[in-house]
Amino acid sequence: MTGQSQIPADIGSQFVIEDPGALVSALLDDGWRVLGPRLRDDAIVYDKISTPGDLPRGMIDEQDGGHYRLRMGREGSWFDYVVGPQSWKQWLFPARQKLWSAEKASDGFELRPAAEEWPKTAFFGVRACEIAALEVQDRVFDNGEFADPGYHRRRAGTLIVAVQCARSAATCFCASMNTGPRADSGFDIALTELADEAAFIVECGSKRGAAILDRLVMRVPEQRHLQAAAAVSQAAAESQTRRMVEDIPNLLRENLEHPHWDVVADACLSCANCTLVCPTCFCSDVEDVNDLTGDHTERWRTWDSCFTADFSYVHGGSVRRSTKSRYRQWLTHKLSTWHDQFGSSGCVGCGRCIAWCPVGIDITAEAAEFATCTEQSGD
Amino acid sequence: MRIHGIEEILSEHPVFKAFDKETLELLGGCARNEHFRAGDRIFAEGDSADKVFLLRKGDVAVEIATSERAPIIVETLHPGDVLGWSWMVPPYRHMSDARAMTEIRAISLGAVCTRQKCDESPVLGYRMFQHLLPHMATRVRVLRLQLLDLYGPKEG
Amino acid sequence: MSLVHKPDPMLPRRYRVRRAWTELADATSMDLTPVDGEAAAFQPGQFNMLYVFGVGEIAISISGNPAEPERLIHTTRSVGAVSAALNSLREGDMLGVRGPFGSSWPVAAETGRHIVFVAGGLGLAPLRPAIYHVLEHRQRYASLTLVYGARSPDELLYADEIKAWKSRFDTEVDVTVDHAGSAWTGRVGVVTTCLDRALAGLDPATVSAFLCGPEIMMRFSVMNLADAGVPPDRVWISMERNMKCAIGFCGHCQFGPDFVCRDGPVFRHDHVAELLSMKEI
Repeated sequence: MTGQSQIPADIGSQFVIEDPGALVSALLDDGWRVLGPRLRDDAIVYDKISTPGDLPRGMIDEQDGGHYRLRMGREGSWFDYVVGPQSWKQWLFPARQKLWSAEKASDGFELRPAAEEWPKTAFFGVRACEIAALEVQDRVFDNGEFADPGYHRRRAGTLIVAVQCARSAATCFCASMNTGPRADSGFDIALTELADEAAFIVECGSKRGAAILDRLVMRVPEQRHLQAAAAVSQAAAESQTRRMVEDIPNLLRENLEHPHWDVVADACLSCANCTLVCPTCFCSDVEDVNDLTGDHTERWRTWDSCFTADFSYVHGGSVRRSTKSRYRQWLTHKLSTWHDQFGSSGCVGCGRCIAWCPVGIDITAEAAEFATCTEQSGD
Repeated sequence: MRIHGIEEILSEHPVFKAFDKETLELLGGCARNEHFRAGDRIFAEGDSADKVFLLRKGDVAVEIATSERAPIIVETLHPGDVLGWSWMVPPYRHMSDARAMTEIRAISLGAVCTRQKCDESPVLGYRMFQHLLPHMATRVRVLRLQLLDLYGPKEG
Repeated sequence: MSLVHKPDPMLPRRYRVRRAWTELADATSMDLTPVDGEAAAFQPGQFNMLYVFGVGEIAISISGNPAEPERLIHTTRSVGAVSAALNSLREGDMLGVRGPFGSSWPVAAETGRHIVFVAGGLGLAPLRPAIYHVLEHRQRYASLTLVYGARSPDELLYADEIKAWKSRFDTEVDVTVDHAGSAWTGRVGVVTTCLDRALAGLDPATVSAFLCGPEIMMRFSVMNLADAGVPPDRVWISMERNMKCAIGFCGHCQFGPDFVCRDGPVFRHDHVAELLSMKEI
């Protein structure tokens, strides 16, 4: 307890603080494992934070088709960079995960479900598009008939500290996907950096968030703070240059044999980068791993990608043999059939696939091609 | 006598149902009743293709002989089918064996007679091919499906 | 989120082989029983994921009688490492089972109609539970026809049973093979020819057709059914795609918007016709 007569936090309440590091410390002191942005290999990745000093302050990114660079920007800034090559899915839906193991027994074998430790974890610095991505994957891993208990256990045990983006990269198009730049829900705590005020708006999104916030010294926001926060989000939205065209789910469904697919296929290397960096891609493989004695075996789940040659292998051959068919599968799934399957788009407008495609294929430009091509042909 | 009966019987065969009375009379002149017992060889590979058989009753095995084992049945034909097309194209020789699996009743049309009548009457000639070709097209499609070995083992 | 508290759908249940027998040179059947608890009820057309210790897991249709779920029968053809391992399991051996999964042949709803089953090769195995159902309730249906095509006479699956069905007065069975030795007294040709003959005697508007076999066989048979006038919403097929999880999570089995493991493997043909006509979907 702070000993100060501070209004207790509750869902919807807002505060002002100067130093988000205090929030990091409060989380660490309360025994949370804090995962957040860190600088590694010239990129912003999500990894363990042990002190507020681990955060990559002052950094800003430059992103475009097949281009990602970090440089020093405004001194003292906390969150001027946006999303990097990693997303939070690597934690909730790990790239390699043991499902269960089995031991040979005298009369057959015994199964052992994998026991998994998930300490109480805080994701620190989650952007609006990433919250949207988490909610998309929530629906994937609970389809009404089957649920992934491990995913949901991890998800329930994770506190979301969001950051409301103060700028957009050139690759961002969350505004046109209605997933950002501001998150109105889906977080326990949200921070908005007000550069001109050298302060942060803190929003409380849940009881769990309130319990953490009550450990901090915070002020009541004045009108100018609230206006600045709104202006920041507005500016971030208006500065976006890329957008997703209207009606893309129908456009793609009706144009599966459009000649434009061949054009894209010429550029695509089928490298699978887009599926790796995409925060909603969920395809996986299973692997049976034995030890040398053959008495102990493990079943592992690993990330997979629809771009691999044998992803659709059945009976002596793959259904999708050409790069074109695999690119088409990815794009139509992400932007069209995802709606049929999960009731929303699979794309959250984060722009990672644009930045991390080695040949700079731009999902928004490809989608727009289908819109203009079909208009011209009068379809 | 056989001639009137044969036209009626011809007209009952699916391939000739659409022919008019005059055409059937013309063809009737080339027609014969045929009867085979179960096991009889109807024609052998290499034989000159003298007749085409319109099957009315019974089952026929079209076979290819091999030296190292018993003949392989590549196709069975049944009532309503047409047996033999080598009579239509030079060198007018059968390319397979045909064996009666059961008792066979059929109408045969003499190849030379029929070809001559077609030369004399191009309309008859056209009608013959118009009605025989769909039957053969079906056989080619069937053969392609057999060739694909759909039920054969695939690589795992 | 009550689903989260259910048993992990990726964890197999242990079953034992009660009996295993050879069907064909490369195909074996097994009768399985659970180590603990009761065998799960299943619908005709559904499949299980069968796991062999240390080898792997594959999707295999259930081939037994849905009215007797305690006799869980699977027929497997040896085409890869896991199927070969399944085919070498013997009485008493243990394996893992997950399921049953997938959609089913809606035979129960097609009462009063002329039921036509079209099977090719091992495709007879996923259809057999539906055939059993119709046989068991034969008086509810107008007629029952099975058209079955196989490679050769010694690759006819369930040959004894086919013979028994053939001998029934209330069942029409037409068998054809791709090629045969001269001792064969049956048909040599393709199922589509047999199908045409079977349909010739039926009012197409009252036919319900269920097809299972290689995709090419099903595609051409569907054409014959359409040409004969069978309504497009009375034709069902069973599709196969790469399956790793069978629960709609791994993404491999997607066919357009559908997951073949959940929305299929049985599909009403008009639902998938458009995508089936395109390549590499």
